Amino acid sequence: MWNLEGNTVLIKKSGELGESDVTPYEIYRQRRTFLQSGIAVAGAALTGSLWAPAASAAISLGDVRPGPFSTDEAKTDRKDILTYNNFYEFGVSKSDPAKHAHRMKTDPWSVDVIGECAKPGTYTLEDILAPHAMEERIYRLRCVEGWSMVIPWIGFPLADLIKRFEPGSKAKYVEFETLYDKKQMPGQRRRILDWPYREGLRMDEAMNPLTLMAVGLYGKVLPNQNGAPLRLVVPWKYGFKSIKSIVKIRFRETQPTSSWMEAGPREYGFYSNVNPNVPHPRWSQKRERRIGEFRKRKTLMFNGYSEQVAAMYAGMDLKKFF
Amino acid sequence: MQKHFLKPLVFISGLLPAVILAWQFYADRLGANPIDEITDGTGTWTLRFLLITLMATPLKRLFGWGWPLHVRRMLGLFAFFYATLHLFTYLWLDQFFDWGEIGTDILKRPFITVGMLAFVLLLPLAMTSTRAMMRRLGRNWKALHQLAYVVPLLGVLHYWWLVKADVREPLVYGVVLIVLLAFRVRRGKVAVRTAARDRCAS
Ligand code: HEM
Repeated sequence: MWNLEGNTVLIKKSGELGESDVTPYEIYRQRRTFLQSGIAVAGAALTGSLWAPAASAAISLGDVRPGPFSTDEAKTDRKDILTYNNFYEFGVSKSDPAKHAHRMKTDPWSVDVIGECAKPGTYTLEDILAPHAMEERIYRLRCVEGWSMVIPWIGFPLADLIKRFEPGSKAKYVEFETLYDKKQMPGQRRRILDWPYREGLRMDEAMNPLTLMAVGLYGKVLPNQNGAPLRLVVPWKYGFKSIKSIVKIRFRETQPTSSWMEAGPREYGFYSNVNPNVPHPRWSQKRERRIGEFRKRKTLMFNGYSEQVAAMYAGMDLKKFF
Repeated sequence: MQKHFLKPLVFISGLLPAVILAWQFYADRLGANPIDEITDGTGTWTLRFLLITLMATPLKRLFGWGWPLHVRRMLGLFAFFYATLHLFTYLWLDQFFDWGEIGTDILKRPFITVGMLAFVLLLPLAMTSTRAMMRRLGRNWKALHQLAYVVPLLGVLHYWWLVKADVREPLVYGVVLIVLLAFRVRRGKVAVRTAARDRCAS
């Protein structure tokens, strides 16, 4: 089994990815297909500095190997992934997180593990990451607002992490919490949502091989605005389920109430699976605009991951359990 | 001389937001989701012009400024101009003229229902804005143009219902509208009172 107590950092310090097969970001920079404008992307000069916040992270990714379930669809421009974010802790505008997330300190970082498990405790980020091999997984991400991206994440299966805490038979759900600190997260000064941001999964969803704990994207450590240093990626659910900057994991018997469920119980359900047949009161959900594309495309059931996840919801009325 | 330059100046200023938006789109400066930015930009300017139009009378009353009244019609037509751009952005770049989807949106999404209603009510105002129409409609013209208060009210509601959690911005527009409405109501009351007094005196 895993040795969690007081182990030293085992992450290889090999740093550069070099000849490995994962996505070095330069290669994938694509121009928007619908704008052949001769004027260069004004923001190109910005791209270097956008990664700067991640410099504070203590972790290095080590060797990253290609993982399963990756799509071969065109990846979203790295600059768009770094500048178009919903992370209300840093402001409600999509451009706010890239501007303000540098205030968040990700080193040192620790995660409280509590609730129905045999190994609760406070784990440092290094503890959390030590035993896991890093994989790159290229996933679709579908936002409830009707846009989508294709993102090359780096991380490891959440299931592997959860097993280390030895959840008991009463652990039917897992709840996650984002950092709550008004000094580092200026958006939390106003109660737009019931802070700290909370999300949850049913245990089988958490243990599904698709579910990823991400620590990087495009070959580098996560930038702060994308949820550094540790975030969830649940690609068959709307983006807000993929909670960022996690500081607490709680195993529980009853279904948790997420921040968005609290904010709008009729609009945001616990499951929030991507489903083109169940409209949100404000968005039809039948289609989506892939960032960088002009025309909209059809939204796929479970965001195209039916093969991996549909069985978990067999017999459930997905209109009722939205 | 001031009058000479007033209309061209307001005309150019009114076009400016559209020109800037078009340039930003062309230069790829609208960020990752430019079409969303255009929808939001044109919607915001519709609401702003609706409110600016309503300021002409209060400005005259409070400060004795006559010039806003001279350009009030143009300001109102700019509101209509941006509303039309806003609607077409939605019909074309958002829905690609999928009339089935558009119909469902209008019926099922309250914020679209209200936005559409606002546009439909704005249409007759734009169409009857000419001097000839004013003359033809006589007293009815004034009654019809009371809709100039209803349209931004629906616009604020539309905005309120489309934000996910943070109502701060629609709130700001709402407060401005309430102030303008309050001014109108008060003025109405004063007018009634003066009329009554005049009648008694005679
Ligand atoms: C006088 C009429 C209208 C006014 C004053 C108005 C105003 C606005 C405003 C202020 C916004 C938000 C801008 C922002 O988020 O910064 C907006 C967004 C929007 N409006 Fe309108 N609007 C009007 C009519 C319409 C109509 C007729 C439609 C469609 C049938 C429409 C569809 C939309 C859509 C789809 C959005 C974007 C929603 C989103 O971002 O999720 N609007 N409008």
